[in-house]
Amino acid sequence: MARIDSSLPDLSDLDGLACRDSPIHRLDPRIKLLTTLLFIVCVVSFDKHQLSALLPFAAYPVVLLILARLPPAWILRKLLLAVPFALCVGIFNPLFDRTTLLHIGSLEISGGWVSFASIMLRFALTVSAALILVASTGFDALCLALARLGVPRPFVVQLLLLYRYLFVLVDEALRLSRARAQRSFAGRGMELTVVASLLAQLLLRTLDRAQRIYLAMQCRGFDGEVRLLRRLRIGASDVLFLTGWTAILLALRFLAPAPTLGQAIGRLLPS
Amino acid sequence: MTRPLVVVSDLRHAYADGQTALHGVSFQVGSGDRLAIVGANGAGKSTTLLHLAGCLLPQAGSVRVADLLLCRENLSQLRRSVGMLFQNPDDQLFMPRVFDDVAFGPVNLGLPADDVQQRVMHALAVVGATHLSHRQPHRLSGGEKRAVAIASVLALSPAVLLMDEPTSSLDPASRRQLIELLQTFEQTLIIATHDLDMVLDLCPRTLVLGEGRIIADGASAVILSDAALLAAARLEQPLRLQACPVCSGAARRPSPPPGR
Amino acid sequence: MHMADALISPLVGGVMWAATAAITAYSARKLDAGGDDRVVPLMGVLGAFIFAAQMINFSIPGTGSSGHLGGGMILSILLGPYAAFLTMASVLTVQALFFADGGLLALGCNIFNLAFFPCFVAYPLLYRTIAGAHASEKRILVASLVAVIAGLQLGALAVVLQTFFSGVSELPFATFLLLMLPIHLAIGIVEGLLTAAIVTVVGRARPEVLASAAALPATPRPGRGRLLAQLLLLTAVTGGLLSWFASTRMDGLEWAIFHSSGKEALPAPATDAHALAATLQERTALLPDYAFRPAAEEGDAAEPAAEVAAAGSGKEKEWPDVSAGTSFAGLLGATLSMLLAGLLGFALLRLRQRR
Repeated sequence: MARIDSSLPDLSDLDGLACRDSPIHRLDPRIKLLTTLLFIVCVVSFDKHQLSALLPFAAYPVVLLILARLPPAWILRKLLLAVPFALCVGIFNPLFDRTTLLHIGSLEISGGWVSFASIMLRFALTVSAALILVASTGFDALCLALARLGVPRPFVVQLLLLYRYLFVLVDEALRLSRARAQRSFAGRGMELTVVASLLAQLLLRTLDRAQRIYLAMQCRGFDGEVRLLRRLRIGASDVLFLTGWTAILLALRFLAPAPTLGQAIGRLLPS
Repeated sequence: MTRPLVVVSDLRHAYADGQTALHGVSFQVGSGDRLAIVGANGAGKSTTLLHLAGCLLPQAGSVRVADLLLCRENLSQLRRSVGMLFQNPDDQLFMPRVFDDVAFGPVNLGLPADDVQQRVMHALAVVGATHLSHRQPHRLSGGEKRAVAIASVLALSPAVLLMDEPTSSLDPASRRQLIELLQTFEQTLIIATHDLDMVLDLCPRTLVLGEGRIIADGASAVILSDAALLAAARLEQPLRLQACPVCSGAARRPSPPPGR
Repeated sequence: MHMADALISPLVGGVMWAATAAITAYSARKLDAGGDDRVVPLMGVLGAFIFAAQMINFSIPGTGSSGHLGGGMILSILLGPYAAFLTMASVLTVQALFFADGGLLALGCNIFNLAFFPCFVAYPLLYRTIAGAHASEKRILVASLVAVIAGLQLGALAVVLQTFFSGVSELPFATFLLLMLPIHLAIGIVEGLLTAAIVTVVGRARPEVLASAAALPATPRPGRGRLLAQLLLLTAVTGGLLSWFASTRMDGLEWAIFHSSGKEALPAPATDAHALAATLQERTALLPDYAFRPAAEEGDAAEPAAEVAAAGSGKEKEWPDVSAGTSFAGLLGATLSMLLAGLLGFALLRLRQRR
């Protein structure tokens, strides 16, 4: 019940952030999508015990966060909300992998702990990159990018309609469940049958709504295809962004400067 | 006299569950006229409008708009001259941005992009919503949603505008704005509504429906002051025409019991 | 049971993306060919319905925990498999983007696990078979229960397989499976009951909705549909195997070089190859690949120790115990790069404020 109340403002947050203006917001959504995907693939392609080479990748979300003028606290809060599954699976690593991997002074750290840390780092990097993508692009622009990148049209239309009616239906569900909460005492009224009839009610209303929307579409010449007029243009800054980050990400992936740097400095130090 | 723009004759309709919605409805509307259709819930107002919009086909009787008979073959042509404003703007605004939504109709007509742009901006200007063009429909207020929904219909420049409860769920200021806006329209307006005060302001002619039949058809001023007729149709006189309880000194209501 | 980016390898993610993309394209084509416009807004709002419905939690009887509606099965019952698949895929996409449930790379896995199995396996093979065209309420109950449970079990199995083949988690296959299957059995029972209850109410209030969906062919040409399913499963399995292979055996390239040079007695190229392998490994993974070590230790005992020593550099030489120096270097590098990233961010922030 807590979730339904809290998630709606979250969605609106994202819309609000996407409406801002910044150099990142102005980039072509296709460019941002491709760069984000490249980033994610680079991050997850490392070996599971890799930690040091992953850290420099934090530069990407940090730089984008600042350039796009997004509030870091917001990203952190979303990260915390999403953490459970990765945490649940990752936490088993220290139990199953007890080979000592690292010495810090006399402290021995097992491979399991290192790979667990690596999982959590991967999680933070990939999720924050995806969140920044959406918050700096907006959902509809992202859908447009998908359409232009060859995603089947019915699926793109489906995403747009789903997003449009998400707010309407979550609102309706909220009203229904508040009415239920009003009449349920001390946890009663949360039983399966009550929820089932509540959801069935919502579903029946939804079916009626679908019919009304269909009529409204028909009245304006709907012929089975939804067309979007907006155009996308790739400019010089887009090309620069994509090539720049591709070069940086590939360099971070294949040259792993952080460990090399560490070693170089380590050699300079008297042993 | 010029030929009427909308001709409905002996229109009948029964829904799939066997419930009859219309038992032979006939009326005509001239070009540029404004007609209000009033009646209780389930009287057949919406069903009549859905026929005029081409969302339902007559089971018996006929509907003609601009000399075009409503039938399956003429459907797409007929829908170009008729614009329908649905009761709930959320059902009507289904595109991601206001601009996309207003452009939906013109784009479906296959107009070139520049024409579409021009039509959209014009329609938005008419309803005073140009500044909303890049907003998302779910973030608009009730009055803004209504204005944008009207723009989305106007962008198709229909000859007849059909409206189902246009003032429902609007705050008083937005309602007043809407009425003032509609007063400037030159299109033929057919409005199904419970808001009889608006009818008084906007429509010279009123059609009263009851259980799928026409009970009365005539000048709004006459019909809306006939308390008996309205009561029979499960309606009530517009507040403006009712005896004011304050000025007329509690003529009709018993005064509150003393001592309380 | 949303899969997360952090737990999968690029190969598993990529293969599942490809599989999902193929099914999406196939479903979209089928839908277009169906030619029913009404389904467009219907799918849209039903997707939103699933989203909203998932936010309403209910208590699972006797456990004190709560569950929510999954959605794949009820969508299939209302829309038929193709539209249901696209709708479920759109729900998962929005969840990945907005709630960071899963992730972009894991999206392929999630769509496959939570949309493909209920819509294309459990619905046509189980629900339709059991419920038939004009099902009684009792049949609807049994069919929903069986189909939802089966769909969820398959999905859970897929999660375990994908995790296992990715090799990021250390959870042994059997242990993970033993954890996942019972949990999803419980969830499946509750969700099956819920699905049946909702379908029954809709059937009473709006029988025509169920009738029109039931009239849709579950799989129009069963031969082709099944072939597609088999092909997809095959790609998924081979892809998963390959990626497991690649991830547990260091880099594929490195592994190949290491082993080929170990067997061939060509000294000059061998050292070159070894040097290359060593530098490659050094660069790609400073904290060396320890999962590989115990296996390699046994396996390589037969190999000439000199050969290993000839590789010259870094880790191979010092296998048995971990070099403190290497660890130190790794930590130092990590700290430095963090500092650099922080400085960069700080500089940008200042620059922005000045403007």
